[in-house]
Amino acid sequence: MDTYSLMREIADSWGLLAMVTFFLIVILMLFRPGANKMHKDASQIPFHNDEQPLADRESKEQPLEK
Amino acid sequence: MEILKLIVLAFITIFAAMAANFGQDAAYTLHALIIMAVTFFLFIRELRQFGDAKPVAETGYRDDVIRAGVIATSFWGVVGMLVGVYIAFQLAFPALNLDYSFTTFGRLRPLHTSAVIFAFGGNALIATSFYIVQRTSAARLWGGNLCWFVFWGYQLFIVMAATGYLLGSTQSKEYAEPEWYSDIWLTIVWLSYLAVFLGTIVKRKEPHIYVANWFFLSFIVTIAMLHVMNNLSLPVSIFGSKSVQLFSGVQDALLQWWYGHNAVGFFLTSGFLGMMYYFVPKQANRPVFSYKLSIIHFWSLTFLYIWAGPHHLLYTALPDWAQTLGMAFSIMLWMPSWGGMINGLMTLNGAWDKLRTDPILKMMVLSLAFYGMSTFEGPVMAIKVVNSLSHYTDWTIGHVHSGALGWNGMITFSALYYLTPRLWGRKELFSLRMVNWHFWLATIGIILYVSSMWVTGIMEGLMWREVDAQGFLVNSFADTVSAKFPMYVVRGLGGLMYLSGAIIMCVNLWLTATGAGIRKPSAAHAVPAE
Amino acid sequence: MSLLRYHKKIETNASILFGLGLVVVSIGGIVEIAPLFYLDNTIEKVEGMRPYSPLELAGRNVYIREGCYLCHSQMIRPLRDEVERYGHYSLAVESIYDHPFQWGSKRTGPDLARVGARYSDEWHVDHLTDPRSVVPESIMPKYRFLKEAVLKPEDIQAVVIANSRVGVPYTDEMIEKAADDFKAQVDPDGDWEDMVARYPKAQVRNFDGQDDLTEMDALIAYLQMLGTLVDFSTFTPDPSR
Repeated sequence: MDTYSLMREIADSWGLLAMVTFFLIVILMLFRPGANKMHKDASQIPFHNDEQPLADRESKEQPLEK
Repeated sequence: MEILKLIVLAFITIFAAMAANFGQDAAYTLHALIIMAVTFFLFIRELRQFGDAKPVAETGYRDDVIRAGVIATSFWGVVGMLVGVYIAFQLAFPALNLDYSFTTFGRLRPLHTSAVIFAFGGNALIATSFYIVQRTSAARLWGGNLCWFVFWGYQLFIVMAATGYLLGSTQSKEYAEPEWYSDIWLTIVWLSYLAVFLGTIVKRKEPHIYVANWFFLSFIVTIAMLHVMNNLSLPVSIFGSKSVQLFSGVQDALLQWWYGHNAVGFFLTSGFLGMMYYFVPKQANRPVFSYKLSIIHFWSLTFLYIWAGPHHLLYTALPDWAQTLGMAFSIMLWMPSWGGMINGLMTLNGAWDKLRTDPILKMMVLSLAFYGMSTFEGPVMAIKVVNSLSHYTDWTIGHVHSGALGWNGMITFSALYYLTPRLWGRKELFSLRMVNWHFWLATIGIILYVSSMWVTGIMEGLMWREVDAQGFLVNSFADTVSAKFPMYVVRGLGGLMYLSGAIIMCVNLWLTATGAGIRKPSAAHAVPAE
Repeated sequence: MSLLRYHKKIETNASILFGLGLVVVSIGGIVEIAPLFYLDNTIEKVEGMRPYSPLELAGRNVYIREGCYLCHSQMIRPLRDEVERYGHYSLAVESIYDHPFQWGSKRTGPDLARVGARYSDEWHVDHLTDPRSVVPESIMPKYRFLKEAVLKPEDIQAVVIANSRVGVPYTDEMIEKAADDFKAQVDPDGDWEDMVARYPKAQVRNFDGQDDLTEMDALIAYLQMLGTLVDFSTFTPDPSR
């Protein structure tokens, strides 16, 4: 019973708050300035390396393909 | 290292032989014999290769295991759907149960559900995730031959589960029926799968982790957790398949539906969304409509889905607070689901004309439409008032199939159509007309299935609760059973059409892979051999 | 702007994504499921519940093996028509010894939570052998093979022990006498008083009317006790549950 009260307490106060805050932060960060470029880059990933791994074409030390 | 491998294999072979000898039930003995045969075969193979030089590290993408995955997906898909059609007709014509224990509905239904969800869906997820994670990470699959262990280990699990059901080995938890040793085996295979997937992401050459991989990762991780928790059980004997669950009654029930619902949420939704976020942009040849929205979609689904399990237990002996929680989160799920659907559909913005010429894209759009439909229907059915009518009826079966046949089936078919020419080095599919036939057979099949189940579900729900002026029940239970007969026939026919579509697909894929109809020798444009 | 960097980290670091995902999906389960183990009023307090007798337990195993739960629920909801049709709504305590639970999720056939003592043994034998001989509309498979499957009483003890290990309160005596009690329940002319003392309300009959002790006996013994244990005069609903 005691363990239950404790868990319930944490779950419906700080636990819930932490989860919601984290969720909101994730959402808000999506809309920060500068995110657009990153998302544009990321959304292009499927069109980059269809035929072979990047490692086969260039060595690891070279800068990554943008 | 090789010596160790040989010793382990020999040890397992001998133990399996002993287990087969002491086995207390048919399923256990058969499984021990299967394991014995498999490990013996591996032992001999290992022995023959003993001391051979190790091949040098290979380059290129690891596609051999994906080709095997495509074949396994098609094969198990047809098997699972065939069993589904058969049991659908059993409900209309009970004589089809025959007089054998292993042909009764009770033993064939888990075979159907496991075959379509875990064998067809699971193989599709493993194959596509291996394909996608390599291409979006620009890296070869991590772990050498571990991917082959995942593939064959998973097939072994399927065979053990399927034969076990027929022989009456089940722990009676829906979608988690396999008994304890199969569960342990699946845990090992699944953790290897996680290692291969995560290992590939870690050594990726792209700065970002593409969103499809987020979905795949959350699917793999969550399924591992759910599987372990829901299968905690104590074997009656080490030499028998029977086990008793660690938990009982109400706790066991909530654990089961926490598992059951999230098998839908993370296996049939997150995993398949991973497919969607790769194959739809690729087939449409344009990036996903909004990458932001895809991230919101991901986090919202992951947050909300896990809470929705109790909607399977509304009005039961589950405490009210848990029911209310489940209902609330189920309704909230509607928004992110539709966000994802819109994101997928809008990816085609500006390319809608392709729909006229590309039946694969058409299938993807249909699957997204069904994703939207069933994720709307789901929250509605999780509302307590609606659930009081729909629960225990065929409406639930219809709902599941609109998601499974419409969303999971169609996105998988389109992924197979996408993959086959590329994996076997063909320019294009053998026949687009056959894809069109498949599309229409499947579409009409689904419509027949879903609408007939909708009708019988609501009808029987209403018939059960109908009372006359004096307050007495109007219908006996048997009345409702006979009233459903015509709709059961329609449902069976719908399933048959869907199955025929899948068979046409298999023929098409086979002819594509073998290069039938191509005049020039296929070597001209073959991919580098593995 | 350290916050911005965090975001990038989540998106680019596999182990952080992995960890966060795991935390997020665990919380829902912990908050919902864990309380059930600690909450006092999850299980109602009533009199009459007891562990299954060895024969009933064997019957329950047949019920599980044949997948009966796929078409028959054992969970009566507190709705007017269900209470009218099947009896008092089901309580959580009634499945407290069910490892695993058998609530079911579909009613292709009727609910069985209180089917005990509703029909005669002969009806059950006929119905399981050929369902359509007694219910013409039925679409249930025939289970005539149960009549030929002879059970060995000594097999049941291991099952009883396994159940006791996961928390079913079988006493040492119950475990020791499992095979005897198993045989005693189908032999009304034999010495069954001790068995009934250990398992109150246990019904002693030759359930399938044959000499052999078969799976048919066990399954009918199980069906005939379903929902018959709880004394509902001792039950008061908890409004805060």
